[in-house]
Amino acid sequence: MSLGSVPLKYRISIDRDQCMKCMRCVDNCSYGVFRVEDDKILIDSRKCTACHRCISMCPRDAITLQERPVDYRSHPLWTVEAREDIINQARTGKIILAGMGNALDYPVIFDRLVLDACQVTNPSIDPLREPMELRTYIGKKPSKLDFTKNNADVELKTKLTPNLKLDTPIMIGHMSYGAISLNAQLSLAKAVAKTGTFMGTGEGGMHEAIYPYQDHMIVQIASGRFGVDINYLERGAAIEIKIGQGAKPGIGGHLPGEKVCSDVSCTRMIPLGSDAISPAPHHDIYSIEDLAQLVRGLKEATNWEKPVFVKIAAVHNVAAIAAGIARSSADAVVIDGFRGGTGAAPKVFRDNVGIPIEAAIAAVDQKLNDQGIRNEVSVIASGGIRNSGDLAKSIALGADAVYIGTASLIALGCRVCGNCYRGLCPWGIATQKPELVERIDPEVGAEHVANLIHAWTLELSELMGAAGINSIESLRGNRERLRGYMLDEGLLNVLRVESVGA
Amino acid sequence: MEVEALVIDAKGMHYTPLNRKIREAVASGVKEIILNNVLGQRFICDGLRGDVKITINGVPGGDLGMFMSGPECEIFGDAEHAPGNTMDEGTLVIHGTAGDAVAHSMRGGKVFVEKNIGYRGGIHMKEYQGKHPVLVVGGTSHAFLGEYMAGGLILVLGIGHEAAVRDRGIGSGIHGGEIVIRGDVNEKLLGVGAKKVGFTDEDLERLTPVLNEFCERFGIDPSPFLDTSYSRIIPESSRPFAGNYTWE
Ligand code: SF4
Ligand code: SF4
Repeated sequence: MSLGSVPLKYRISIDRDQCMKCMRCVDNCSYGVFRVEDDKILIDSRKCTACHRCISMCPRDAITLQERPVDYRSHPLWTVEAREDIINQARTGKIILAGMGNALDYPVIFDRLVLDACQVTNPSIDPLREPMELRTYIGKKPSKLDFTKNNADVELKTKLTPNLKLDTPIMIGHMSYGAISLNAQLSLAKAVAKTGTFMGTGEGGMHEAIYPYQDHMIVQIASGRFGVDINYLERGAAIEIKIGQGAKPGIGGHLPGEKVCSDVSCTRMIPLGSDAISPAPHHDIYSIEDLAQLVRGLKEATNWEKPVFVKIAAVHNVAAIAAGIARSSADAVVIDGFRGGTGAAPKVFRDNVGIPIEAAIAAVDQKLNDQGIRNEVSVIASGGIRNSGDLAKSIALGADAVYIGTASLIALGCRVCGNCYRGLCPWGIATQKPELVERIDPEVGAEHVANLIHAWTLELSELMGAAGINSIESLRGNRERLRGYMLDEGLLNVLRVESVGA
Repeated sequence: MEVEALVIDAKGMHYTPLNRKIREAVASGVKEIILNNVLGQRFICDGLRGDVKITINGVPGGDLGMFMSGPECEIFGDAEHAPGNTMDEGTLVIHGTAGDAVAHSMRGGKVFVEKNIGYRGGIHMKEYQGKHPVLVVGGTSHAFLGEYMAGGLILVLGIGHEAAVRDRGIGSGIHGGEIVIRGDVNEKLLGVGAKKVGFTDEDLERLTPVLNEFCERFGIDPSPFLDTSYSRIIPESSRPFAGNYTWE
């Protein structure tokens, strides 16, 4: 017996009165929704992913998209998704893969935290008039400074460890070449160079075209060790060991062979068309001591000139793990919350494993403070940072800086359609098809991403000014400037934040 | 003109100053370095480039030759875990045994171990264009030999052992490269995704230079090894996990 088909996810229709038959929708849709027969545009809605490419290109606003045009009998438990996943697995017997971040309707803690502002008793600061210090240093800070006095001269005796100097506490997280296109990566690289910040290479090595921006790149080393050699390590401004990722904690990465084209193959240094498999653990790391060994191995290889970050997924024990990392000679710990994006992850992991970034930042910051080692590592938060409000709240909860990922892709056109794994991204982002990649002009892309970073930076200074704070240092870990709205007591305790009104 | 070898007494020396000395010497054109009294210093030759021969007398610590690109190291002693970790080019010749994860993620170059290795030897070794990493083990290996292997060659000779490899999980998750083991290998020892195939005369011809080089390094007579009584273990597929997934 056949299970038949499931209803359409989206229905596309064209207002034929408005349509001028320019055919842009036909040309732009890489999923093949539109085709022309006898001068008529025919539509196959089943192929639609809601990427909005056609809609954004239509000069007449003639296209409409309707989500779930067919109703199921509504049921609070047996949601449409629950039913359709079962049908899928009954057919295939396989693990379901899905794109982008956690799609379950968990409450967003950021949206239940509010920021403070000054009224009467201490004046707010006008960032247009007064300097706002947003410069952020990522890396170890000495617990004390020693000086030597030479008559009138004072010289610093303490040897400082290398730090990254950021003009704004916003960095772009690791999205590898392979997962995204070269033009997408180039756009991001140009943008971070313009805005005085940094981005991650992802675990796919560094393409030659990125070399001019290498001083703004954090090179990643993951369990697959793709593209990693001494030249790569020396190129980066910093090195990041990827232990885990918020979208799929505990499991490895997997770039399907179809995406391993010749250029990706060269950058990753793997054979053409073979799967790029990153095992779940690093097989030289089975403990915190082993992690310390890799951290030191990387530092030793690069003459102790580069900060080394360790990225983990936010899981139940994140605070204790981060405290271990802080003692491993690492310079920063990157915590990736359960809303972190990805090209493809098993859906059951994406939606069910890990904890929200808000709680993770607070727990890590607190643990490091309690143990007196907060200065040993910087804390970089990532996974679902959507705007400058989330940014400010992350810092107030204890982060030094954030990584943005999905937000930077949206600035390049991404509409979070979640079909990255198909390699057909009509915006030229999650694809290696030259005709699609060409759709991104890296100059223009860079400008959009730089605009976004700039806008958030402005908003952050406004928020700080309103709170009477003129230095990012005074916002960091300043939970007094946050209040929880409709958060339960348990969570308020974890966040160390008071309730609104308190 | 004979240039004398640089001798460094590593006794009590931390690895960082030791590596610094080595690097400075290589940068100044030294072609031969002898390290004496090495005892547990990790990361020796970490990230080192260049055309230099380094003799290590003693027992180096973990991650010997990590990220190394070019040099040749001969070790008169045992090596700790992960010699040749993510090595790119060059040679390690170990007159002794080595620990776990030997040649982890090695992309190019050669690691020769005279005696035995620990667990997960050659894990995630990979090859790429002209680079074809080789790990040869004179003795035996523990479990998970060549796990996740993506390219290159692992050869285990089992000298002095009844069966060259007796531990399980050989080539689990292998999706490239080959594992060649002296004698027959019980199918039960193969990991998921690995399959055993016959070892042909062509294979022998292909591997003869490697066998000869290994034997020469350790002063072993190669002739008893130049036959086809080997098992060859290769991937069932270059995409071992592709069949497990369906899309949303
Ligand atoms: S892009 Fe709009 S106007 Fe052009 S053919 Fe398509 S629907 Fe018609
Ligand atoms: S990047 Fe992924 S989610 Fe964004 S538009 Fe492209 S395919 Fe869709």
